[in-house]
Amino acid sequence: MFNLNKGPRRGRGAAALAVAGLAAMSLVACSTGPGAGAGAGSASDLDAALEKGGELTYWTWTPSGEAQAEAFMKEYPNVEVTVVNAGTATDQYTKLQNAITAGSGAPDVAQIEYYAIQQFALSEGLLDLSSYDFGELEDKYTPSTWSAVNLNGGIYGLPQDSGPMVMFYNTTVFDQFGLSVPTTWDEYIATAAKLHEADPSKYITNDAGDPGFAQPLIWQAGGHPYQADGTDVTINLQDEGTKRWADTWNQLLEPGLLSDIPTWSDDWYKALGDGSLATIVTGAWMPGVLESSLPEGAGHWRVAPLPSYDGSAATAENGGSAQSVIKQSKNPALAAAFLRWLNSSDESVDVFLENGGFPSTTAQLNADEFLNATPEYFGGQEINKVLVDASANVVDGWEYLPFQVYANSVFADTVGQAYANRSDLNTGLLAWQDNLITYGNSQGFTASE
Amino acid sequence: MTTSLRTVNPKARRGFSITRPRKSAALTVVMLLFLIYAVVPLLWLVINASKTQADLFTTFGLGFGDSFALWDNIVATFTYRDGIFLRWLGNTLLYVVAGAGGATLLATLAGYGLAKFTFPGKKLYFAVVLGAVAVPGTALAVPTFLLFSQMGLTNTPWSIIIPSLITPFGLYLIWVYTIDSVPTELLEAARLDGASELRTFFTISLKLLTPGVVTVALFSVVATWNNYFLPLIMLSDPAWYPLTVGLNQWSSQASGVAAEPIYNLVITGSLITIVPIVIIFLFLQRFWQSGLSAGSVKQ
Repeated sequence: MFNLNKGPRRGRGAAALAVAGLAAMSLVACSTGPGAGAGAGSASDLDAALEKGGELTYWTWTPSGEAQAEAFMKEYPNVEVTVVNAGTATDQYTKLQNAITAGSGAPDVAQIEYYAIQQFALSEGLLDLSSYDFGELEDKYTPSTWSAVNLNGGIYGLPQDSGPMVMFYNTTVFDQFGLSVPTTWDEYIATAAKLHEADPSKYITNDAGDPGFAQPLIWQAGGHPYQADGTDVTINLQDEGTKRWADTWNQLLEPGLLSDIPTWSDDWYKALGDGSLATIVTGAWMPGVLESSLPEGAGHWRVAPLPSYDGSAATAENGGSAQSVIKQSKNPALAAAFLRWLNSSDESVDVFLENGGFPSTTAQLNADEFLNATPEYFGGQEINKVLVDASANVVDGWEYLPFQVYANSVFADTVGQAYANRSDLNTGLLAWQDNLITYGNSQGFTASE
Repeated sequence: MTTSLRTVNPKARRGFSITRPRKSAALTVVMLLFLIYAVVPLLWLVINASKTQADLFTTFGLGFGDSFALWDNIVATFTYRDGIFLRWLGNTLLYVVAGAGGATLLATLAGYGLAKFTFPGKKLYFAVVLGAVAVPGTALAVPTFLLFSQMGLTNTPWSIIIPSLITPFGLYLIWVYTIDSVPTELLEAARLDGASELRTFFTISLKLLTPGVVTVALFSVVATWNNYFLPLIMLSDPAWYPLTVGLNQWSSQASGVAAEPIYNLVITGSLITIVPIVIIFLFLQRFWQSGLSAGSVKQ
């Protein structure tokens, strides 16, 4: 079949090359040490800036972005916020990295996924917000999202959404084949085999090799493949947790129990709609996507906790973004004030919720109305209880690489080969590790195993 | 190269000649394969532009869906997000008219000048132009970005138009074409009659050069219309995107947190995007052919 995503993917590859060229000049900036504090003021500046007003540019691809900015401008009429959709995820990072390297053209505030924040923080792109007393906001957020913005002793953004991992399953397919909902990965593998044997056109799930999927699962398994201390980076993609994931996933990959449809392609939506994929293992933000983009799935899907390795409720974060103030901003106090309102005020987070987002603020997550909701799409199940439970069970201590955007872009060339050949993932992980160590050293880091 | 008639076997059976060659079954099959190769994606595009997103996800790719939604898709494409698609179409037209139009004008003037005038440094200049043909535009995109960024031109239409103005290949084509089709004697006659160089160029040479100019214009129009990488890194404001980058943005919003797939609009938008270029091609293809073969046969 024709895969609509192939063209754009190639484009992204080319863009990644370009950003790699520019990054060669930018990543070494980290050797000067984080948080020079240029332009940062104090907490009292924020209210004064809101009063005085001014213009801000805000880059986001969040569907609620426009509505949130409008609500903000209604409350603070002196401020004008221009919302720009500069691309989704890596498309935007390319532009952002280019603008930061070039020294002009970056927005005041930008959406950045958790995995990429470390990279932008270390390359001196983001403003450390701790001098505005943003540290006092910590209690508002789930611990896992807060730790994703609280890096190198600074605060490099405020969390917007979160994606604690859960398992969505198609109950119609489960009933049809007499399957029970797996609670451990061993059961998951057995269920996968049973389903595929009963109907070879059906798979437990799809995985064509996706770093945004593999890494959270390594995280859940207790892996700590990346450790960074200043410019010293250790990469060990064969530590106990990482091997645990690879050995488990091999049992699905090697016998052909995984569909090789790429996630987010038109074929993938099609496979979700016609029941050929029985589960989706992903972040808690998925209900909004299912309801708006897969109307034919209504009534078929249910939510269960992520299968575990050892019976514990451990899970990990998949996806999710923070918003950060870019150091280039000519009005950092106003940008910080907008950000504080955007990701911590009830008015703003409520708009985000209405648009189907899954927030990171505990007040909204623990509200009775939210917890007791029984969406019809999920057969009246109280899905938010499962999702919020997951948000409390995220394993702590996970770190991403300070060049994670690059790392993810070469996943397909290394680990992806093991996926394509249905061979041992450990071999692919080692190839990835070699690539990352070489790249890290070429960027001014001291990278080692 | 000279066309030699001796290659035709005089003992060949009657009914075949150089203008009516013998039919070859193998070649016909190969040609049919190429035809399918070229037409099937186009067919897929037309068929799927008529489907709703639900049909796209549930029905066979090369068959029609349960409903025929081509018109609805076209309306939705032009009205989605306050009609941003129309803006992108306008941007592409702007880049094509200013960029490809300017490129054709500059290439014509420079190629003609190089072919018909002598001036100091001409050989060096020509060597630089020939060398520039070998450098792919993509390789220059990042340095150009850094340069433009220093000049404060990124995120403006100029960042697309200015790089599009340069077409070393077009210049080279006009140079070859001028040497072949504008006799120096004619220019000397015009000069004797007292015509200025500009007047000679516009009233005599340009008419002789028309097929070459149209060829260069076609090359530039196609290149600018399809330009993807340069606008991708130059522009961050969707209000200045051309269609190529805009459609990619629509396509990639199908992924990740808060995914909003609009595959039906991406497909319909792609179909609308190729229609003008197909029309231009059909309209101007005879010039294209004669321009491409310029210089290949010595008269």
